[in-house]
Amino acid sequence: MSTEGRIPRRFAALKAEGRAALVTFLTAGDPDAATSLALLRGLPAAGADLIEIGMPFTDPMADGPAIQAASLRALAAGMSLAGTLELVRGFRAGDDATPVILMGYYNPIYRYGVARFLTDAKAAGVDGLIVVDLPPEEDEELCLPALAAGISFIRLATPTTDDARLPAVLRHTSGFVYYVSITGITGTGAASDQAISEAVTRLRRHTDLPVAVGFGITSPERAAAVAKVADAAVVGSAIVSRLAKGLNAEGKATAGLIEDVHHFVRALAAGVRGARG
Amino acid sequence: MTQLNTYRGGPNERGHFGIYGGRFVAETLMPLILDVEKAYAAAKDDPEFIKDFRYHMTYYVGRPSALYYAKRLSEELGGAKIYFKREELNHTGAHKINNCIGQILLARRMGKTRIIAETGAGQHGVATATVCALFNLPCTIYMGEVDIERQKPNVFRMRLLGAEVKPVTSGSRTLKDAMNEALRDWVSNVSDTYYLIGTAAGPHPYPMMVRDFQAIIGEETRAQMLEAEGRLPDSLVACIGGGSNAIGLFYPFLDEPSVALIGVEAAGLGLETATKHAASMAGGAPGVLHGNRTYLLQDADGQILEGHSISAGLDYPGVGPEHAWLHDLGRVRYESATDDEALDAFKLCARTEGILPALEPSHALAYIIRAAGALPKDHLMVLGLSGRGDKDIFTVADALGTRI
Ligand SMILES: Cc1ncc(COP(=O)(O)O)c(C=O)c1O
Repeated sequence: MSTEGRIPRRFAALKAEGRAALVTFLTAGDPDAATSLALLRGLPAAGADLIEIGMPFTDPMADGPAIQAASLRALAAGMSLAGTLELVRGFRAGDDATPVILMGYYNPIYRYGVARFLTDAKAAGVDGLIVVDLPPEEDEELCLPALAAGISFIRLATPTTDDARLPAVLRHTSGFVYYVSITGITGTGAASDQAISEAVTRLRRHTDLPVAVGFGITSPERAAAVAKVADAAVVGSAIVSRLAKGLNAEGKATAGLIEDVHHFVRALAAGVRGARG
Repeated sequence: MTQLNTYRGGPNERGHFGIYGGRFVAETLMPLILDVEKAYAAAKDDPEFIKDFRYHMTYYVGRPSALYYAKRLSEELGGAKIYFKREELNHTGAHKINNCIGQILLARRMGKTRIIAETGAGQHGVATATVCALFNLPCTIYMGEVDIERQKPNVFRMRLLGAEVKPVTSGSRTLKDAMNEALRDWVSNVSDTYYLIGTAAGPHPYPMMVRDFQAIIGEETRAQMLEAEGRLPDSLVACIGGGSNAIGLFYPFLDEPSVALIGVEAAGLGLETATKHAASMAGGAPGVLHGNRTYLLQDADGQILEGHSISAGLDYPGVGPEHAWLHDLGRVRYESATDDEALDAFKLCARTEGILPALEPSHALAYIIRAAGALPKDHLMVLGLSGRGDKDIFTVADALGTRI
């Protein structure tokens, strides 16, 4: 495995430590740009090993209510794809080591212009992309150009991705593989420990890349259970829901919001770090 | 206009019509869509499947639908000889049933036991609920809260037919959000559920498959016009929501250079309003949504805008990918009509022909009202009369300031 780039370096370091990674998700600009930047800046200290940042979109087809609402809050507060890249630059000013992965849907990137987006994303310090509505069948759109630009393209594998299809899904995947542990949208349901363990074993038969598992991880205990068997545990909706609890009736951030989200991330990190102890 | 040897060659094996179409869906759905593609490829060449489809078209839907010479309207407009292809006479009152019969037969072949669908005006929802009752399959229809309010009679009809109508409260609470919600349902219920898409849009193979099922409209029109006039029509006019009735009417004529094809988008309160219309080709730009690349109403950041039209069946912010392709090639001309023009057309049709057209095809008729007078008397023009207007009487009454 190559150790060039922040994602491989981070996974190599964690492997040496003998533990899994905690990957946290927040939507860019939720609930506003300034709060969002403060939230992101505090994540590494709270124990996030990799950071996923959602690019807000009006029609997030694979997301459940929590992340849909986050997207709409961010858009209402004026967030855009250019604004998302600006946030990444802001984060990078204080942290050059934590991998940053942008996650979202293709249309805003297509509209921005793929070549221009990749140049700007690379310059901002983006390490990887997860674009939900770009399966391997559409690799020429963004996956191959991203790889050529030195940005990882992280593919989702799901319970419906059978052994016959897995090689096609893994072919141009880089950085890590993201296993979606349920057939469903974000924030709705959870897979059993046994199902997750079997899936990770199946993926490892097909790839040497680190395997991250997400969807349905809502607590430090669930994060710990996943961290026992996978290389990373991804937590999204639960963090976004925690953020939403800190909003007032107008959807504005209240005083304790940032600290409360970081507090929750610290608990998740403790779960992940203690998992194999 | 770009000259091709054939305009009937799309899509390619990857579901692309030029740069449009494709399969832009989450990985969870990809295997399902490949299954639908495989099953449809086998079914469409299977004589048993074709026979079954034809049987239901004849005895259940009531086809062929009439090609009717609208004499009084033609005289009133004083130009072209106008024919109506009367899809409003089909069982359930619109063209939507053609596609629903085709897809439900496919779903049964695939062993699926639960049907989901999205609906805007409720016509596709009613047609889906109807075929689900016919074949005894449970069905869930997603419909935006806003549309539920505007199309109450159809909501009640769906419930009478045994469907579960789920109000969609996310986003703009109209058709695009209903489609998002249906996709979310499908991702969550992959093993038993079939997604019965109601227009010629979505990921491959839907645009092609829906077109093929709706092409019966154009095939009949061709034969009926040859019988009535001994020649092909000079122009065909149809409204464009997602584009299924239009592509169904146009497809058998795409390679007839003498036949002009005109699709009519909804201009709502006017194209100059930017966000108060639903004309994705006249006022949108290429983008990716709901599984395909096509023209979309969107802002500079690629966020999808809500369309507006007086007709709930046209206010989708996109259009089927084959139309996007035919638009760029110049083979089909896309025009638009406003809410007010559609209302005037609705009233004129009622008064001169004794037919209440749905507000959707009223847009196509509005174009005909603009264009027919200047055409010679031997110009044969066909209106795709995609549905009947009973469902719209509350909306029309509202717009006319009448209480019923
Ligand atoms: C009568 C009628 N015509 C047209 C449409 C628009 O759909 P399409 O463009 O797919 O024909 C609808 C949609 O609800 C409809 O009910």
